[in-house]
Amino acid sequence: MLTMDKQNLIPASSAKASGMDDLQEVRAMIRRHKRKDILFASIGLLALMFALLTLLTLFIDLVMDGYQRFNMEFLSEFPSRRAAHAGLLSAWVGSLLVMLVTFLAAVPMGVAAGLYLEEYAPKNWFSDLIEINVTNLAGVPSIVYGLLALGLFVYGLGFGQSILTAGLTLGLLILPIIIVSTREAIRAIPAAIREAAYAVGATKWQVVKDHVLKYSQGGILTGVIIGMARALGETAPIITIGALTFIAFLPPSPIGTEAPFINFEWLSSGFTVLPIQMFNWLSRPDHAFHINAAATGAIIILVTLLMNGTAIWLRYKIRKNIKW
Amino acid sequence: MDQASHTVKAESRNLNFYYSNGAHALKGIHMPLYENKITALIGPSGCGKSTFLRCFNRMHDLYPGNRYDGQIVMHPDNTNILADGVDPIEVRMRISMVFQKPNPFPKSIYENVAYGLRVRGGKNKKVIDDKVEQALRGAALWDEVKDRLDDLAFNLSGGQQQRLCIARALATDPEIMLFDEPTSALDPIATASIEELMTELRNKLTILVVTHNMQQAARVSDYTAYMYLGDLVEFSKTDDIFIKPKDKRTEDYITGRIG
Repeated sequence: MLTMDKQNLIPASSAKASGMDDLQEVRAMIRRHKRKDILFASIGLLALMFALLTLLTLFIDLVMDGYQRFNMEFLSEFPSRRAAHAGLLSAWVGSLLVMLVTFLAAVPMGVAAGLYLEEYAPKNWFSDLIEINVTNLAGVPSIVYGLLALGLFVYGLGFGQSILTAGLTLGLLILPIIIVSTREAIRAIPAAIREAAYAVGATKWQVVKDHVLKYSQGGILTGVIIGMARALGETAPIITIGALTFIAFLPPSPIGTEAPFINFEWLSSGFTVLPIQMFNWLSRPDHAFHINAAATGAIIILVTLLMNGTAIWLRYKIRKNIKW
Repeated sequence: MDQASHTVKAESRNLNFYYSNGAHALKGIHMPLYENKITALIGPSGCGKSTFLRCFNRMHDLYPGNRYDGQIVMHPDNTNILADGVDPIEVRMRISMVFQKPNPFPKSIYENVAYGLRVRGGKNKKVIDDKVEQALRGAALWDEVKDRLDDLAFNLSGGQQQRLCIARALATDPEIMLFDEPTSALDPIATASIEELMTELRNKLTILVVTHNMQQAARVSDYTAYMYLGDLVEFSKTDDIFIKPKDKRTEDYITGRIG
């Protein structure tokens, strides 16, 4: 330890003769300090490896269990009583459509809310209260959202147990994530850039549209993708609102073959999603279905990783041209 | 220094300024800005010189709770730009600003200069092209960037970035240009080029510059104002203030005893 009794360390001019001793002491001290550096780096690395290895083990385990189902048939077949022929078709199509609704509901609303809070809302106790509530919403258990949606969307608004209900529910669930990431992305823009824009005579909306939104899109996009990845894996609220667990049909296609080419019947269709299908297979006594569940789990993890990877790549790509 | 033109372009009349925390940052400031002259604001840190400068384009309006009291009147139209009925955006369209640190937008060189025109609804490509070239020439940057107008502004050096910011401020033909310590983040060579530019720009417009560098004030300005603790201590011709300051506090600052 560096203690005060090593007086000769401080007054360098005290004795030229002891110069060499001083140097030895300094070197010893640096070595001691470096040991702590290494110690901390090791602890940090260990913590990181623990987290990563857990995920990796889980993933490998799922792949080992489910690898025999990794084929096109698994993706193109409906669920079946015979495990070996049961597939994910209705589940991944359902997930895709639900995510589409989630995206359309949550992104405009979340970005607009974040923008408003950061750029327009007056800073007072009321906006502080809203801020605390938004942050808290991100921590509300997802099943509570499910209950809310059951009362509001399923019965209150009469949307039924539909893709629309599921999409909106997950949209609500990830709304706080998008709001918070939007605000953080906006806050990262330096005041000098805003002032520069205002100084040439821009209005607030011009500043928002030409600068704030443009420079924060990387961060916002990251939040959106991470939110969507979270929504993809959510199970509890979807069970609460009553997703079907065995579905052998597809919702009507959103894109029709005749005019007007777009229909919205699919919104009110019953559905299932990937995690529900996995949950269903997992709860069956027949081991053969557990293989399907493992394969589904591996696919969900893979898609989630892919989405998060895309988020990181996009953030890097967009940030590359912005230096502050 | 020519004595011919002494038209007042703008003047502050009994200007007081209060920050949202209640700090009384400017105390009854009376000061003229002469047309086609450079007026320098000098004084120790915290004396209110930047605060004063930022009153001229209503920058303080961006942050809630700040309050002006008094007037800044622009001539010849006699508009009090601090009046409630005057939109700060209108003021910023007439008075542009160059900041302490170069702050180009993360856009192309061209778009940086064109932004002020776009904000004013400029759509005609030919007109904008011409204005951008004119502004870049005015900022002595054209020859260095004419072949790479689509490059990102961040790829320029610090001095070039600051000249780009001057071009951006110049493109909209302002009547007054404010400089807030424009060279404090630059090396001596870049500083010299900015100073030279300022003396050239004087022919087209009126300049108010905050500087913490007294040699700079002495080199570039026609008039100098010494501020101390929110007061305007002394205002006169630059030569006079540096050679025979009237106030003891000015003399102390100039000779390096305070600040």
